[in-house]
Order: sequence, then structure tokens, then C-alpha cells
Amino acid sequence: MTMAEKMKNSMVFFNPFAKDNPVVVQILGICSVLAVTTKLEPAVVMGLSVIVVLAFSNVIISLLRNTIPTNIRIIVQLVVVAGLVVVVNEMLKAFAYDVSKQLSVFIGLIITNCILMGRLEAFAMSNRPWPAFLDGIGNGIGYSIILIIVGFFRELLGNGTLWGARIVPESWYEAGYVNNGMMILPPMALILVACIIWVQRSYNKELQEP
Amino acid sequence: MEKANEMKALRKMLDKARPHFEEGGRLSSLKSVYDGMETFLFTPNTTSASGSQIHDSMDSKRAMITVVVALLPCLLFGIYNTGYQHWLACGSNTFPFWEIVLYGFLAVLPRIVVAYVVGLGIEFIAAQLRHEEIQEGFLVTGLLIPLICPIETPLWMLAVATAFSVIFVKEVFGGTGYNVFNVALVTRAFLFFAYPAHMSGDRVFVSTQPICGIGGTVPDTFTTATPLGQLATSTVEGGGLDQITNVAGGTVSTWDIFLGLIPGSFGETSTLCICIGAVILLATGMASWKIMLSAVAGGLGMAALAHVCATPLYPISYINPFDQLFLGGFAFAIVYMATDPVTASRTEAGKWIYGFLVGAIAILIRTYNNGYPEGAMLAVLLMNALAPLIDYCVVQSNVARRKKRLKAVAN
Repeated sequence: MTMAEKMKNSMVFFNPFAKDNPVVVQILGICSVLAVTTKLEPAVVMGLSVIVVLAFSNVIISLLRNTIPTNIRIIVQLVVVAGLVVVVNEMLKAFAYDVSKQLSVFIGLIITNCILMGRLEAFAMSNRPWPAFLDGIGNGIGYSIILIIVGFFRELLGNGTLWGARIVPESWYEAGYVNNGMMILPPMALILVACIIWVQRSYNKELQEP
Repeated sequence: MEKANEMKALRKMLDKARPHFEEGGRLSSLKSVYDGMETFLFTPNTTSASGSQIHDSMDSKRAMITVVVALLPCLLFGIYNTGYQHWLACGSNTFPFWEIVLYGFLAVLPRIVVAYVVGLGIEFIAAQLRHEEIQEGFLVTGLLIPLICPIETPLWMLAVATAFSVIFVKEVFGGTGYNVFNVALVTRAFLFFAYPAHMSGDRVFVSTQPICGIGGTVPDTFTTATPLGQLATSTVEGGGLDQITNVAGGTVSTWDIFLGLIPGSFGETSTLCICIGAVILLATGMASWKIMLSAVAGGLGMAALAHVCATPLYPISYINPFDQLFLGGFAFAIVYMATDPVTASRTEAGKWIYGFLVGAIAILIRTYNNGYPEGAMLAVLLMNALAPLIDYCVVQSNVARRKKRLKAVAN
């Protein structure tokens, strides 16, 4: 592998973390960010599931890229993603039943997550398997970072807990502190995502739209 | 004469301080604070240099002060009513006027102070960051916020909600004059959805503790919801106002709800004071009579419709349509909130549509959703979001009509 290829691969892997983040820069996958981030645990599990599905579907589509007829490529991509989602869903049901209950339909709905189709179309269809794998992992992590930040604040401010453990002490509640019910509602997730975008663009001037 | 001298001294002091705030001065980062103080004390000596608008001394400071004056009747009555409801809840039979007023004042004052300190603090910081002048918009908002919240809302909640709405509804959109939603109403909506237990129910609308040794302690068993809250949960079939009780367990008449001697968010109970405020706003041209009139028409129409097809499923539908106008925040919302020139429709035809829908939707939500007896807040916020669309449609239909006319002439 040449130096230039290595550089390119590391960009493919690291760019989606911040500069080309699928959620806050490409504004993809917003619906699942609203739906699964009321608590930290389901947010992390959802993030892991998306990383796995995205990485492997990218590799599979990349391997098949020269044999898929162009006019039915979306159907082929959907079949691959759906197959992987079913595997992830069954794994969660077998080994993390409670969380899979909490995530309910949203694991299944990974099939319709725009990040998946976006990466398959934009990257896997025109790149070799190894870069496609890195791209899948990178974008999955970029998506998970946002999910975890939003889930952290929503669970902490909305429930006073983190990963189910009580963080806000009882004495605060006795003194009159009340959990913010708005944090549990979807609008607040959107506002938190907006805050992340706000902070990121104030540091990264080149991301600011004119 | 003495006053004139004082004014001169003040002017001199400001002029002397000016160089420090100019570009390069040691306090130049605080220029907007200086400008704010100067224009607060003296009329601005600059008028806009271009454009064809009429230039007189009318600026947004004077506009805001006029609205504050229009709010004063509601504020003063609210102070009295806060004390009065407390005395009533304590089971007292005598109502010493000055003690009641003092109690009400002490209960209300911290709320106003918190709203102003938090809101103006954020405005000051935002103005410094943007190198702009401090805008006056918060003068009205800061007074509206305590007026439309229950008296027992904890002060820290008020502070959090005020900060949230000033930042996310006003500053991120560009400050005064650019907000899409009414800032004070978003504060209330935030409280309503974030802390529902403290915004509705039967123990939040009457002050229950003695303040500075004035007033008594209300018994623990005491519970009184607002009239609307009681009606929403009532189970008596065909009942109207006659099934509501006041804080002491007595009956409530239409006159009581018109005067405002009922529990509620303390600024909005008195329809009489709101009418006085409305007269001030209309006489000075601050608010649009079209919006107010069409909102009353919309509300009355919807209430009458609900009254005609009243069902026990929705107990509020049994109320006399005119009583609907006096209850809850309806009157306050249409006089002070719906007419906010920044968030309302701008076109003249649009104002009729906007006002009518505010009134109708407020009564619709209040009557047919027992979970939200206060529909006026949601109605105004919803219509704030739709106002630009209404304006767009009005303008487009004008354009289409003129094109048609042009065609007719050409043929």
C-alpha cells in the first residue's frame, strides 16, 4: 500500500468523526437520533448496531459493485442491508433482550436509515472493499458520537441518571430540583443536535454556510 | 429649573464618559451598554439617513414603554388578586386591603426581578458578542413572563425557561424583531412541557406560604384548580359555570371571572384590566384592532359551535360562549400576545385570517383536549408558525389578481 493510499484511507476513516459527520454535517439519520436517545444505553447499542450493519454492507456491496446491474442497484443494496439488520436484530434479542425491547422497531428501521443508502451509493459502489470497510466504520462512529452526546444530556437532565445509575443526588430533589420533562420529548433532541451543530460550526469556520 | 440642571449634569457626565467607549477606548467592548444607557436616558439624536419612511421621535423604546403601561392594570390587579386568593385560601373572613397588596407585591416581585435579570443579562452578553446595540424588546417580554406563569412556579424554573427561550427563540434568530415565536409564550410552553406538575393542577395557582411574616399558612388539605381546570375534569352532565367553586368553596359568577377574582396565572385572570390595556394599545396604535376583533369573533364562533354540539365527553363545551372569552388566558393572549407585531401576520387581509384562527384554535384546543385546558398559548404559537405562510398566500393572491386585471385591460 502506497503512502498516498494510506493517507486517503485515514481520511476516509477519520473525516466522518467531525468534518464530514453524517448527522451534523450531512444531516442524515436525524429520525433515529430523535427516537433512540432518551437514554444512554439504547443510544450506545443503536450506535454499535449501525456501525456493524454499515461496515459489513459497505464491504459486501463493494465486493459486488462490478456485478450489480445499475438499474436494480438500490434493490440489491436494500436486500443486503435488510439481511444484516435481521442478523443484528436476532443477536440483540438473544443477548440483550431488554435493550432490544427499548429499541423496538428502530433496529428494524436501520434499513431505512439514510446514512446506509447514502454511504452505499456514494462510497461502496465506487471503491474497493478495504476503504469501504473503513468508511463504514468511520461513518458509524461519527453517527454514534452524536447519538451518545445527545443521549448523555437527555438522560442526565431528563431522568437524573446515566446508564440507569442515579447521578443527581436525592438531596437535590428534596431541595426542589425537578427533572426536565421536555428532555424526554423528541423536540429537545432536535434542539440538542442544533446545539452541537452550533458549537461545531463556531469552531470550524469552513463548515459555515454563507 | 432644578430638573433642567440635573439633566444637563447627566448629559455632561455621559459626554465625558463617551471617549472611553469609542473605538480604541479602554471600555470599547462595552459600547452597547453605553449606547443602551444613553438612549434610555435621552432620546436618540440620530435618525435613519436613507429611505422614505417618516422620521419622528418614535423609536422602539417608546413603543415598548407604551406596551408596559398597557400591562400595568393587569400587573396591579394581579398583585391584589394574589394576596386576595391567599387570604381566601387561608379561610379568612376579613380582607385587609394594604396587607393583601403588600403580600401580593412580595410574592410577585421576585418573579419580575428573576425574569428581567436573566433575560436582560443574556441580551447584554449577546449584544456585546455581536457588537450591536442592546435592543429594548425584553422590556415587555420580561414583564409578560411572570404575568403568564402560575404564582407557585419555583424561581429557578422561571430562570431556566427564560434563558431557554431568550437564547433559542430570540438570539439565535438574530435578536429583537427577528424572532419567529413570541418569546414570553415559549417560556410558558417550555415550563408547561418540561415541568408539567408545576404548571397545572390544583396547588400551583394560589400562593400558599406566608412571606416576611405576612399572610398565613394554607392547610395541607387545600386544593383548588383554576375554573378551566375544574371544568375540564368535571363529571356533571350539562353543567356550566355553576359547578365551579372558588378557593374558599363558594360559587363563582360571570362577574367574578370578568373581574378576575379567580385563581390563575396572576396577570391574566382579569378580563376587565385586559380590556383597559387593550384600549391603551389601540388608542396608541401599538396593536392591530383587526387581529383583536377577528380573534374575538373566531373564539366566540368556535365556542358557540361547541356549545351547540355540547357532549359530556368534553365538559367545557357546556359553558356559555361569552364566559369562554373571560376564562383562562384567552383574553390576555389575544390582546398582548397575538398582536405582537413581530410574530403576527403583516398583511392587512392576513391579520383577519391570523386573528380569527388564533381565537378559534384557542377555544378548540381548550374545549376538545382536556389535557390542555390552556389552549390560547398553543393557538398563538401555532399561528406564529403559520403567519409567514398566510402573508405569502395573501401577497400571491394579490399578484394573481393584478395580473388578471392587466390581462383584461390588455385585451
